[in-house]
Amino acid sequence: MNITMAHGAGGETTERLITEIFMSAFQNKELLRSGDCALLPGAERIAVTTDSFVVQPVIYPGGDIGRLSVCGTVNDLLAGGAEPKYLTAGFILETGLELNTLKLIADSMAETAREAGVMIVAGDTKVIGGKGGLMINTAGFGIVPEGREIGPEMCRPGDALLISGTLGDHHAAILGKRMGIKNDIVSDNAPLREMVETLFVNGIRVHAMRDVTRGGLATILNELAKSSKVCFELEEKALPVSESVHSFAGLLGLDPLYMGNEGRMLFSVDEADAEKALELIRKSRYGENAARIGGAAETHGYGTASAPSVILKTLIGGRRILKALVGEGLPRIC
Amino acid sequence: MPYESILRFLTEYDGEKTTIMEICGSHTAAIEHNGIRSLLSPAIRLVSGPGCPVCVTVSAYIDRLIELSKRPENVIVTFGDLIRVPGSGASLSDAAALGADVRMVYSPMDILTLAKKEPDRVFIFAAVGFETTAPVYARLVELSEEDGQKNVRLLTSLKTMPEVVDILCSSGGEIDGFLAPGHVCAVSGYRIFEPLAEKYNRPFVAAGFEGNEIMAALYALVRLKGRGVVRNLYPRVVTAEGNTSAIGAVSRIFEKGDASWRGLGRIASSGLYLRKEYERFDAGSRGLDRDRVAEGCRCAFVLQGKETSTACPLFGKNCTPSSPKGACMVSGEGSCFNAFQNSQNGLDGGFRP
Amino acid sequence: MCVAIPGTVIEKKDHTATVDFGGTKVDAEAGLVEVREGDRVLVHAGCIIQKLDQKEANAMTALFQELEDALAEEEEEEGRLNAL
Repeated sequence: MNITMAHGAGGETTERLITEIFMSAFQNKELLRSGDCALLPGAERIAVTTDSFVVQPVIYPGGDIGRLSVCGTVNDLLAGGAEPKYLTAGFILETGLELNTLKLIADSMAETAREAGVMIVAGDTKVIGGKGGLMINTAGFGIVPEGREIGPEMCRPGDALLISGTLGDHHAAILGKRMGIKNDIVSDNAPLREMVETLFVNGIRVHAMRDVTRGGLATILNELAKSSKVCFELEEKALPVSESVHSFAGLLGLDPLYMGNEGRMLFSVDEADAEKALELIRKSRYGENAARIGGAAETHGYGTASAPSVILKTLIGGRRILKALVGEGLPRIC
Repeated sequence: MPYESILRFLTEYDGEKTTIMEICGSHTAAIEHNGIRSLLSPAIRLVSGPGCPVCVTVSAYIDRLIELSKRPENVIVTFGDLIRVPGSGASLSDAAALGADVRMVYSPMDILTLAKKEPDRVFIFAAVGFETTAPVYARLVELSEEDGQKNVRLLTSLKTMPEVVDILCSSGGEIDGFLAPGHVCAVSGYRIFEPLAEKYNRPFVAAGFEGNEIMAALYALVRLKGRGVVRNLYPRVVTAEGNTSAIGAVSRIFEKGDASWRGLGRIASSGLYLRKEYERFDAGSRGLDRDRVAEGCRCAFVLQGKETSTACPLFGKNCTPSSPKGACMVSGEGSCFNAFQNSQNGLDGGFRP
Repeated sequence: MCVAIPGTVIEKKDHTATVDFGGTKVDAEAGLVEVREGDRVLVHAGCIIQKLDQKEANAMTALFQELEDALAEEEEEEGRLNAL
């Protein structure tokens, strides 16, 4: 069966869609109230984020748009120092979408939410004419514990930079599928709650976190450098990249530093805690390939406070400046 | 000779100023990715040559692709970065935003699968490239012929290296040596540069694309300055004669002809066009000479190694990688793109400060 | 231009060869080079354009030897010029 305009008309078909697919997947007491909005206990500082997911194909090696929407939202909350609590999900369904596909995606979303310890407390469905596509918009809410001061502006000179896993896997998995290139690369999409909470529980002084998504590591480091008014120095030989992603990138003239992930966290931590933090990350789920890739420094010489920069010490000892991604990072072949 | 000695030589070199051109865009990108400029003495200058296919594609070619893309039966199939190159007005990416069917593939061969799947559409491959890619297109034509595939076309902008390098040498660019394009040499053989080396008394060194391979080649070029020799420092891939069966396929399908290069004008015998017996595969590739570039754009001089990117009045102002005016700013291989990536720190793609 | 990387032929069928690049696999057009399973090849835009020299492992050594030779030749030439 496929999605038709009737699924978005608000009648019985819509209700059946909601009950059979979403309610059954996401069931919790807030959703079962079926109110116009969820009523939730509050906190002093609430972290809020919103994100939209339009990935194609909707099911890809290692994941799907449902899992992705939860991971993306939860990891954003974690990066803000919050304990993720609630998610909302708005679905835009194109006519022609197979209900089985939608069911699979909703179930995957529910499973990921359970893993991440969040509740999907409100949702919406609209149907538009199209070719069987599916898009998801989410909002995420989390609570920031008292005394936790974390943010993109908090990196300090001397901090160690840790990355929780290999670069570019999600990007390569999607692009490979889209371009019909066979490989064993699977998306790294994962909710990183366990990893992040382990660090706090063990008293690691985490100053800033970012999940490495679109634009890749180079782009998010540029953003962090700008916010924190520091510069970063990376060691190319320390960057974790799997052999498959390395060769995939080589084939298409792409650079893993500019390829996105969906389950990798970058940590800027106090140097004194760096080794312990690395060990904790490596022991946590999804963190086995974590690496220490460099550190933060005062901006001098190569950068100024108004134009901070990211510098990579290359394998042959050269200095390469990494700017934020420009354009779309298109393959360059001929 | 250990790498350390090569590194020390290139870092401490205090001889005559030496300018080396890397012809190939992948070398330009590799030089940037390895931070090679930061390792060279200020007396060694690297300039980027005309071996970035999208950088030397004239606006008329892009305009023709866009015109073709407007017909509902046509599908334009291309490699990635070409879609952002501006023609006289829009780019393919703009055309796609307005509804044109533009698809990105890894291999020209993919077009055969697409064409079989949708027999009612006409699939036009934007066949840009040099000696390395020409045999791939030649095979595509041969296979389409064998399969009797009726809905495959090429819009070619195929160029060859020796003629343009000849122009660069004769037009007074002060280039002391050439890093020869490794994969062009893999197909054509390094011999293709021998006549030029002898004629202009300048060294050519075929090199691989790893950082240390490029450093070794630069070392050789500085040492060989003033001598008209060709050296092969990419022996695992490059031979004197190249891949003769690939060369054969190219000459069966294509013939030489004059070609227009963005910024450099028409260069005799520097292009490849489908032979008459294969013209049914041609989507109208001949006579695409018009080259309207943005006012003030200095790509032409940059491509010849006569000016650095930062000397262009548009550089970093009207022309940036996110909003490119000149083709050299579009590709990750373009010299302006790479100069822009470095510009924050005054590494201007030319001499180090 | 001309992005190409080496891989290993793992299967050959008619004019197509499956080439493995450490996990990424491409069905490459193999009509321009005689290849067999196990061969190391250079692939550009989905087409095998060259077979790699089996002495690949020694390439760097050969490369530096070539440099020394180039240098020796050059010094010889300088010596000759100085003698004039």
